[in-house]
Amino acid sequence: MKLQGIMAAAVLAAGLGAAAQAQDPVKVGFIYVGPVGDFGWSYQHDQGRLAVEEAFGDQVETTFVESVPEGADAERVLRQMAQSGYDLIFTTSFGYMNQTVNVAKQFPDVKFEHATGYLRADNLATYSSRFYEGRYVIGKIAGAMTESNVIGYIGSYPIPEVIRGINAAYLGAKSVNPDVQFRVVWSNTWFNPALEGDAAKTLIEQGADILMQHTDSTAPMTIAEELGIHAFGQASDMGGFGPNAQLTGIMDDWDPYYIERVQAVIDGTWESTDTWGGIDTGMVEFAPFSDKIPPEVLADAVAAKDAIAAGELHPFTGPINRQDGSPWLAEGEVADDGTLLGMNFYVEGIEGVIPQ
Amino acid sequence: MFRLEPRAVTPVWITAVTPLLAVLATMIAGGILFALLGKDPFETIRVIFVAPLGDPYSRTEMLIKAAPLVLIALGLSFGFRAGIWNIGAEGQYVMGALAGGAVGLAFWNVEGAWLLPLMALAGMAGGCLWALIPAFLKVRFNANEILVSLMLVYVATLFLSAMVSGPLRDPAGFNFPQSRLLHESARLPIVLEGTRVHVGVLVALIAVVVAQIVLTRHLFGFNVRLLGQAPRAAAFAGVNAKRLTVVLLGLSGALAGLAGIFEVTGPIGQLQPSLPVGYGFTAIIVAFLGRLNPVGILLAGMVMALTYIGGETAQFSLGIPAAAISVFQGLLLFFLLAVDLLTRYRVVPAKRSGV
Repeated sequence: MKLQGIMAAAVLAAGLGAAAQAQDPVKVGFIYVGPVGDFGWSYQHDQGRLAVEEAFGDQVETTFVESVPEGADAERVLRQMAQSGYDLIFTTSFGYMNQTVNVAKQFPDVKFEHATGYLRADNLATYSSRFYEGRYVIGKIAGAMTESNVIGYIGSYPIPEVIRGINAAYLGAKSVNPDVQFRVVWSNTWFNPALEGDAAKTLIEQGADILMQHTDSTAPMTIAEELGIHAFGQASDMGGFGPNAQLTGIMDDWDPYYIERVQAVIDGTWESTDTWGGIDTGMVEFAPFSDKIPPEVLADAVAAKDAIAAGELHPFTGPINRQDGSPWLAEGEVADDGTLLGMNFYVEGIEGVIPQ
Repeated sequence: MFRLEPRAVTPVWITAVTPLLAVLATMIAGGILFALLGKDPFETIRVIFVAPLGDPYSRTEMLIKAAPLVLIALGLSFGFRAGIWNIGAEGQYVMGALAGGAVGLAFWNVEGAWLLPLMALAGMAGGCLWALIPAFLKVRFNANEILVSLMLVYVATLFLSAMVSGPLRDPAGFNFPQSRLLHESARLPIVLEGTRVHVGVLVALIAVVVAQIVLTRHLFGFNVRLLGQAPRAAAFAGVNAKRLTVVLLGLSGALAGLAGIFEVTGPIGQLQPSLPVGYGFTAIIVAFLGRLNPVGILLAGMVMALTYIGGETAQFSLGIPAAAISVFQGLLLFFLLAVDLLTRYRVVPAKRSGV
């Protein structure tokens, strides 16, 4: 027994020595709020992880934990990862913010990146995408193509990110169709196929002939396909679930960002930053545009997309009033990032109340 | 070939051996599952089942994860013994967290040793009152407490969302639906330096001891068992079934509420919509896994916590999908309940029948 133990220790030591001689790979961990197979939010982050592996090969070692609840469990998972020698950890949901802050404090040598949050530290960066830019563009397509003039919108939680998306989509739709109406259902979930499917059916019964979603499952797309209406994908290309239904979709493309950040760790140039990238950075992409979109509508949408990317068009450009009619942006005025980040009101023309 | 014959008496060794048998069967079935996924079955099972026990930090995390499960399951077990089915502990957990958390936020940045006990009391009261709704409807209108308590889970969850999106929202939090972080006086003291083990863990352990004494040595425990096993006899013995129903539902609600406020003042530190993570439902499994016995519940809670923590490590160190971990946990429950059959029946060779 004893001899075996010594031999095992020797083998282990030899192994460690060999690993140390070779270039130590950078260990990158990811924590996902949903399953990697959600074909939405978490799926896209995992695609980013795979892109990192592809780009760096043996220089990196990546791992992930999926379906981590936002709460006490997240802190444990993070801490275990940090303790296991990971150099860079991405926490990919807003609800991990305080946990990431806590663990980042305990492990000053580990670098953390928190998606969609606003608290930073020397070893904690934040990153997000300007999805509202994409939503403005799909809003234009929806506004032009709706026949019932009712767009159904499946919201997740009434947080600024989601409210901003609804406002941007509505402004896009209204720019081409002054009569358009938005119906919003709050599902209070990021991923719950049954609930999202029910929400989709409810919206269609209320007259919606085009669906948008800010939840991550493909259920609304499947329902849209079954009932022969159109919908926009969320986070990933959901065309496989709605070959006829999907007009396009807003895709989160984290590949360039993740590759850039891992490169920075390898180069030793990583710094805590605050990134909010839009169409121009490649972080907001579009799923293939459907051939069901009339050519002139497509041309208009693509023009808007290019103008946003070029910095010539901002979806939130005045005159825009708040829902209650009070003025928000004057003629030609552009919304500042601070207001957008904390947005908790609908723009004028959207009906319904934000639950709060 | 074989048939089952009810046992008149269950030998003690059977009760002791069957859980081990279940764990063994789980390891074999789980090992096959992991091998089919292309992972080393021995290494995977070691990481899930054994490695957390050897790591001091994981051991403390097991206690933290088990504490709310044990507290809730203890309360439920009393009701279950008496045939009162509170399925809505999740909602009572949420209401306890909310009531206690609201007190903490009302006295935000006010220092004082009185604050935490006050929050704990508010938490218990919140959970208790929420459980008294199905209790009242049951004794007054004979409404089914299973349905009412379950439905109230969804009401509680939505109420929490509404509160943290409205009155209790962090004023400096960019409108995100969550409360401020609780200040120092409203956080549970840490028992072990450098870990997250909080006073709530100790309370859960004390609750196990108290429950064991009440159940075996106190008239209340006797009445509970009597009501469950022989309601008519209980009536003759002067047990007021309605009053006991109210007390038992209130008790389980109060303990669930206490678990809720401990999570908020312990590891989480704020109110947020993602507070309910299923402890109230998992506790039902824990209660039955522990055979409604306080010490059994403690062990069952620890086993559940072990598989959660080992499962997380297995995910990132071995690349096992979360779904496979859930299946593995399901297997464990399945085998634990399946071997229960052996405690109540024995397997005998079938007699040749003439037909």
